[in-house]
Amino acid sequence: MGSYIPSTLAERREMLSAVGVSSFRELYRDVPEEMYRPDLDLPEGKSELEVSRILTALAEKNRVFPTVLRGAGAYDHYIPSIVKYIPAKEEFLTAYTPYQAEMSQGILQSIFEYQTMICRLTGMDVSNASVYDGATATAEAAAMCRDRKRRVTLISAAAHPDTIQTVKTYCYAAGEAVEVIPEKDGKTDLAALEAMLTPEVASVYIQQPNFYGQLEDVGKIGETVHQAGAMYIMGCNPIALAILQTPREAGADIAVGEGQPLGMPLSYGGPYLGFMATTAKYMRKLPGRIVGQTVDAAGARAYVLSLQAREQHIRREKASSNICSNEALCALTAGLYMAAMGPEGMAKAAKQSMAKAHYLAEKLRALPGVELVHSGPFFHEFVTTLPHRAEVLSALEEAGILGGLPIAGGVLWCATEKVPKSELDRAVEIVKEVLGRCN
Amino acid sequence: MQLIFEKSVPGRGTEYLPACDVPEVSLPEGLGRKAPPKLPELSETDVSRHYTQLCQRVYGVNCGFYPLGSCTMKYNPRIDEEMAALPGFTGIHPLAPEAATQGCREVLSTAKKLLCEITGMADMTFQPAAGAHGEFTGVLLIKQYHDARGDRKRCKILVPDSAHGTNPATAAMCGYQIVNIPSGPDGCVDLEALKAALGEDTAGLMLTNPNTLGLFDRNILEITRLVHGAGGLCYYDGANLNAVMGLARPGDMGFDCVHLNLHKTFATPHGGGGPGGGAVGCKEFLKAYLPKSRLMDGGDGIQVRSFAGNFLVVVKALAYLLTLGKEGVPQAAENAVLNANYLLARLKERYTPAYEGLCMHEFVLDLSELKKETGVSALDLAKTLIDYGMHPPTMYFPLIVHEALMLEPTETESKQTLDQAAEVFLKLWDLAHEDPAYMHEAPHHAQIRRPDEVRAARNPILCQPE
Amino acid sequence: MNYPVDYKYTRSHEWLRDDGDVAIVGISDYAQDALGDVVFVNLPAVGDTVIAGESFGDVESVKAVSDLISPVTGVVCQVNTALEDAPESLNEDPYGAWIIQVEDVTDCEDLMNAEDYQAFCEQEG
Repeated sequence: MGSYIPSTLAERREMLSAVGVSSFRELYRDVPEEMYRPDLDLPEGKSELEVSRILTALAEKNRVFPTVLRGAGAYDHYIPSIVKYIPAKEEFLTAYTPYQAEMSQGILQSIFEYQTMICRLTGMDVSNASVYDGATATAEAAAMCRDRKRRVTLISAAAHPDTIQTVKTYCYAAGEAVEVIPEKDGKTDLAALEAMLTPEVASVYIQQPNFYGQLEDVGKIGETVHQAGAMYIMGCNPIALAILQTPREAGADIAVGEGQPLGMPLSYGGPYLGFMATTAKYMRKLPGRIVGQTVDAAGARAYVLSLQAREQHIRREKASSNICSNEALCALTAGLYMAAMGPEGMAKAAKQSMAKAHYLAEKLRALPGVELVHSGPFFHEFVTTLPHRAEVLSALEEAGILGGLPIAGGVLWCATEKVPKSELDRAVEIVKEVLGRCN
Repeated sequence: MQLIFEKSVPGRGTEYLPACDVPEVSLPEGLGRKAPPKLPELSETDVSRHYTQLCQRVYGVNCGFYPLGSCTMKYNPRIDEEMAALPGFTGIHPLAPEAATQGCREVLSTAKKLLCEITGMADMTFQPAAGAHGEFTGVLLIKQYHDARGDRKRCKILVPDSAHGTNPATAAMCGYQIVNIPSGPDGCVDLEALKAALGEDTAGLMLTNPNTLGLFDRNILEITRLVHGAGGLCYYDGANLNAVMGLARPGDMGFDCVHLNLHKTFATPHGGGGPGGGAVGCKEFLKAYLPKSRLMDGGDGIQVRSFAGNFLVVVKALAYLLTLGKEGVPQAAENAVLNANYLLARLKERYTPAYEGLCMHEFVLDLSELKKETGVSALDLAKTLIDYGMHPPTMYFPLIVHEALMLEPTETESKQTLDQAAEVFLKLWDLAHEDPAYMHEAPHHAQIRRPDEVRAARNPILCQPE
Repeated sequence: MNYPVDYKYTRSHEWLRDDGDVAIVGISDYAQDALGDVVFVNLPAVGDTVIAGESFGDVESVKAVSDLISPVTGVVCQVNTALEDAPESLNEDPYGAWIIQVEDVTDCEDLMNAEDYQAFCEQEG
């Protein structure tokens, strides 16, 4: 059995006697006998070598696809080697939330730098230290926007389904109304939105690029939302932001998004990272940890957790959110990724992802029965019709390619800079071959 | 130390990607950003050194003693990290087909089985990403239960006054009014006050047991019976499970649902504030209300974040659980409690505990006498500890104790470490009497002197100007 | 500690000065001292209704937040927005740095005069 308890049996006896008890059971004297159960049905403890064997075997039961043409909220971008190694340093890994600024300047500064990079990427003034993921960032943003008179949240049907469901859940919890704006041709239906913008609407959420990969007319939507007096929340893909119009340029009041593409592996869904940024006007409404710059008693530059009076440990039931953890190590990873890639590297990843998706789309739509479902411009995802969907996807899987995600009406494909042209061509060949065989 | 932006040189950078091998496409007119983002431009040497410098200004569990009460800063085994970094886990898309994700599914089902046994629950979700997120999920189980029964008059959640701030904040996020239940003179729930607060408007009770004072509430069965009698449900805040895991189960105490902090009790690292894991377990009758992922699982249930949660954190917790096993789990709890009591016994020579008697895995010191005598506050003492290479305990919590310091040594500290820590605490007691001015100014030898938090809050600088 | 006689006081440490048509509200010297350095004030808007005995905003220090309780029922006619940029004036000049002015006052809490309030504070402290 493995154990991480350093004290020897002799020391334990010595310590028990120093405490003035003769057994461990006596330490638990307040635990009633009927619930004292030191005999649970658990497996015997194992050595490190055995545990390593078991978990390695479990990992081997999964299938890692060398080529991934599936996105839908989790994106397979290239992660530079240095981005994998630095966050594994034990000090970063094993520290707690930096409450004690005098011994946590490294974490605090890394978060301050992350906040700054998110502000520069989104064009906003203030970022928090991160939240759990993109979906919760959206739900928290919607909560920020509600005031006494305006309570209703509108969310586009073209947003990520998990985001929609998470926002609905947070609104259900708070007893607040949420309505879904219908989509039309894979984009938010602007006419429907206009009709839904009543004086009770607090905020409107639009995802750019949206779940189908389509690029929304975010500037125009922003004007419409603001004319109705509501706040505008924009969900962003951080890689796309290297080249796309910023949420600030599009008029957003709050920018949120899933930070996973910034150097985090797919990892079956997590840990990921939610980023949140807003304008100076709404700074004090932003939930979560925020790091601020100040000076120490000797006048030297220093960083602290700031604006804490917004938070649950001080406001308790009056806090606007219960959040206390951020995803600090993921924020460190994201900052590191952006620093390593630089503005040029990020733009290159974005442009190549977009170019490869368009190449794949052109090749696929040349095949019989495969058509682009939506007509608008897209970034690195698109939906096609696909006859014999199950056969095609399983043939791709056999060839080591994770094909697009089957969704209602077709398949949602994605390409990133990581996929070479030769693999895109091979994937198209396989699709062609299966379609020829089945027809 | 310089900010990363101050090290940036225009035009510098490392090439990580090959040239584009397909025709380039351009963005439609008007959709591009006006100027590239002003991200730092650095060589890989610069990046490596910058983060290494930052790393040298961080204090983790691997650096030294970290008795941060309520946070269970136990040692984070290295093997758990290695297992979570296996490409067979990190390379798996959350929406990959079932046949390709058998290993991930087995990790989740095995971890669920073991943790359900430890908590006495019937089912579990790993979707919540942290403790507070788990609380939110747990209280939503209670809300859905009452709603499904059409029982809409239940608008109140009871929370003891010793609770973590997240408990009332969570209940408020779920639309509930909060009723604070005072603690009795023994530090436990005042049963009479509880009875008076219960009624047909009670949705449930949120409780940490052992509580934040490090005391196991011996009336726990009576408490949960009373709440159930009033038609409410009982929620167990698992923040302090490390004291009793493998020895007493929340399910047997009468709780209906529970959240666990995988990053405390099950040894996954805190990462400087996350990612954590806030697994939520429940009894059979609440199973149907557990959250799902719309995309992974379909359906229309509640969902508290995307996909299946912080999966790699579950891998780490599972590696830890398999290592400890049947004997190791209760031994960890017993030794956590022993270490806390031993340290308390040593500190009692000088310091006053907030409550007499044995403690569980943590205890609270009340420094109000010391402050009255010497002017040295809990804050001053905590800051002086930094100069002695030790992470300070939790300060000024729970709120019901004045000048509180809350210590939780955990089971992974040796007797020698505890003895050394006790020596430092006793020495500082003397120092407080000899040279309080020195302690008001502490730390003297840390990364920085005390920061000006008033200035940070009055004139917030939250981002480096371009 | 300063307890000027031309003000009236609440048990939650706000002061009220009757200025003919309007009631002016702020926090006492005792309150600012207990709070420590004030870093932010959450203010209501002009036109908001305030109710005697209920919160109309709050003041934040670094590690605490404290509700502002209105001594009167009425409509806010002026807000001291200068406090948004200079919250420290509540510490420096608590009786000069008013927070809101209220008109159409219909109800008022039981208030203490300076002498009673001083005794009340000395008992609390």
